[in-house]
Amino acid sequence: MKHLLTAKQLTRDEAELILDLTGQMAEAVTGREVPKLPTLRGRTVVNLFYEDSTRTRTSFETAAKRLSADVVNFAAKTSSINKGESLKDTALTLQAMGPEAVVIRHPSSGAPQRLTQWVDGAVLNAGDGTHAHPTQALLDAYTMRRRLGGIEGRTVAIVGDILHSRVARSNVWLLSELGARVRLVAPPTLLPADIGTWPVEISYDLDASLRDADAVMMLRVQRERMNDAFFPTANEYARLYGLDERRLGLMPEHAIVMHPGPMNRGMEIAARVADSPRATITEQVANGVWVRMAVLYLLLTNGDAR
Amino acid sequence: MKRSEHPRRTLIKGADIVGRGRADILVDEGRVAEIGAPSRTGADVVDADGLVLLPGLVDLHTHLREPGREDAETVLTGTRAAAKGGYTAVCAMANSDPVADTAGVVEQVAALGRAAGFADVQPIGAVSVGLAGERLAEIGAMAHSAAKVRMFSDDGHCVADPRLMRRALEYVKTFDGLIAQHAEEPRLTEGAQMNEGAVSAELGLPGWPAVAEEAIIARDVLLAEYVGARIHFCHISTARSVEIIREAKARGVSVTAEVCPHHLLLTDERVHTYDPVYKVNPPLRSRSDVEALRAALAEGVVDVVATDHAPHAPQDKDCEWSAARPGMLGLETALSITVAALGGSDGVDWDLVAERTSRTPARIAALTAHGRDPEPGLEANFTLVDPSRTWTVVPSELASLSQNTPYAGMELPVTIQATFLRGRATVLDGVLAETAEETQ
Repeated sequence: MKHLLTAKQLTRDEAELILDLTGQMAEAVTGREVPKLPTLRGRTVVNLFYEDSTRTRTSFETAAKRLSADVVNFAAKTSSINKGESLKDTALTLQAMGPEAVVIRHPSSGAPQRLTQWVDGAVLNAGDGTHAHPTQALLDAYTMRRRLGGIEGRTVAIVGDILHSRVARSNVWLLSELGARVRLVAPPTLLPADIGTWPVEISYDLDASLRDADAVMMLRVQRERMNDAFFPTANEYARLYGLDERRLGLMPEHAIVMHPGPMNRGMEIAARVADSPRATITEQVANGVWVRMAVLYLLLTNGDAR
Repeated sequence: MKRSEHPRRTLIKGADIVGRGRADILVDEGRVAEIGAPSRTGADVVDADGLVLLPGLVDLHTHLREPGREDAETVLTGTRAAAKGGYTAVCAMANSDPVADTAGVVEQVAALGRAAGFADVQPIGAVSVGLAGERLAEIGAMAHSAAKVRMFSDDGHCVADPRLMRRALEYVKTFDGLIAQHAEEPRLTEGAQMNEGAVSAELGLPGWPAVAEEAIIARDVLLAEYVGARIHFCHISTARSVEIIREAKARGVSVTAEVCPHHLLLTDERVHTYDPVYKVNPPLRSRSDVEALRAALAEGVVDVVATDHAPHAPQDKDCEWSAARPGMLGLETALSITVAALGGSDGVDWDLVAERTSRTPARIAALTAHGRDPEPGLEANFTLVDPSRTWTVVPSELASLSQNTPYAGMELPVTIQATFLRGRATVLDGVLAETAEETQ
């Protein structure tokens, strides 16, 4: 594996290897006086972020630093990106610095794949447009593994703005590859056209989708989408597709509530649900660091140094 | 074969003349002098044994980019590409900068074409001022200008306002003009990046639904029928568009349609690469659309192949998908792909090829000197094709100033051996003339 561009590219073996490694990373670092491994000492990882995402960038930065890599942050607001430099020219500039890996977040679907043509190092997709966000799917899978004891045979409902969600587009493929039963729950306006070949069930009814769910993943829904007639009002959306306490009560006792953040409290998720012990939201954030350590380690060492 | 300085008499020997059979053609002073077995006295001889002679190809849809984007193409480089592709006439789309919405701009484009001399350039005028879709451009002034504009199009933009479209259809009737509609309901394609379907769903690129094209085509055949006007549809790309046009034709509506070579060959599966060389508007569609368009072209529901030749400078394609401009080169590959789509070089009906790439487009654009099978006295505008020689597309070897061809590395059937514009070889032995004569 030279790059990590999509979750769909991962075979089951590769995905399980990453999840196993994630656990090892967590164990290796947790409890250490200095929570760092020397594995990537002397390697340079560039964070190339074309979208504001302090959470994801910080997570990648923390992961790289815990592996002792040198981290260079190339953020949109402080570099030439805003001055209209093309992705290609930025890539060639980075290439001249010779980083071993480039972590890219970009508003245009497919930008990481384009980047692989212009840089020699590993390219790690930290979210591209509405296409893919593979490390989010991996951290979600890792969280489910820890909380549910496994993924095979579990039922996962992904709820909300599937159409505009790179998180959904990554989780669908990874979770089904790992043997989960995936159900997409959304109004038809927020589902992509022509997903008949996707390995998913589709439902428009959230209540009916919760009773057998082992995990429910609530996606962020932008209020502004109502201006584009995706739904009439934020209130109606919350009534039909928001996860409130009543709906939480419909789920099996052991079922967990996930959210990739940032949340719109009161929109797709009620505050009390977000703060309930069944919500794994902060745990997902913590697991994100371990997953990104595992992926950086795999991409930069090919697993050799293990 | 050799090229003399000022060839006035040329004897083309042994070509298989489409619609006539094997014969020699003597060209004198730019016109066909004799067909059959004329004597060779004083003439340059072109050995066309084994070659097919077609009336010179005519493109209804070319973006020459001049004025405005001379870094992507000029009238000279674009018409050189046209000649290389077997074309003797091209219709230059109006979306230049400034837009061809006044008599001044269309006359300038026509003059640049005459100065270049590689192909006749017939400007298309804009329907609306600045292609903005709000007010009619001075269509009459363009029609009555030296450029004698007959076709009008806001191509690149749809004439979306039904009232403006109705008026435009009515207005051009005074001079037997024609509106060429870029059928795209803009509200259904806001932000669209590729065909809406399984591939866009997977790739997370906003979709351009087929219905956005079909809804406008359905509306506009009804409008044209209602006001009794002609209408032409640019670059139709979906199976359902074919059905709507088939039905309209059966009802007697005066409608014509073009298809682009890329929509006859490529599908949206190509977008998996995220390489913007495959970004085009309307977008590459599904396999079943490709099949329907091929069948419609053979059947005649689709009247012509038009290239939508759309050169782009490197920076407009060497970027991420959503930042790239839509469009692809077409002039130099169109005949090969048309032949491939109509059955391949072995099985193709050359008369059908002539009909779809030359005679019919010339008739639609009212270019009376083009699209004519050779007859004594007619202008010598024709193309010699080697039906048995394949070629491989190498972007840097194309005559266009730009290199955004989606066919790089592909082996295509049939090659253009020669193109004659008023008796003068703009291409001979597959090689472009260094310069061409200024035409009248």
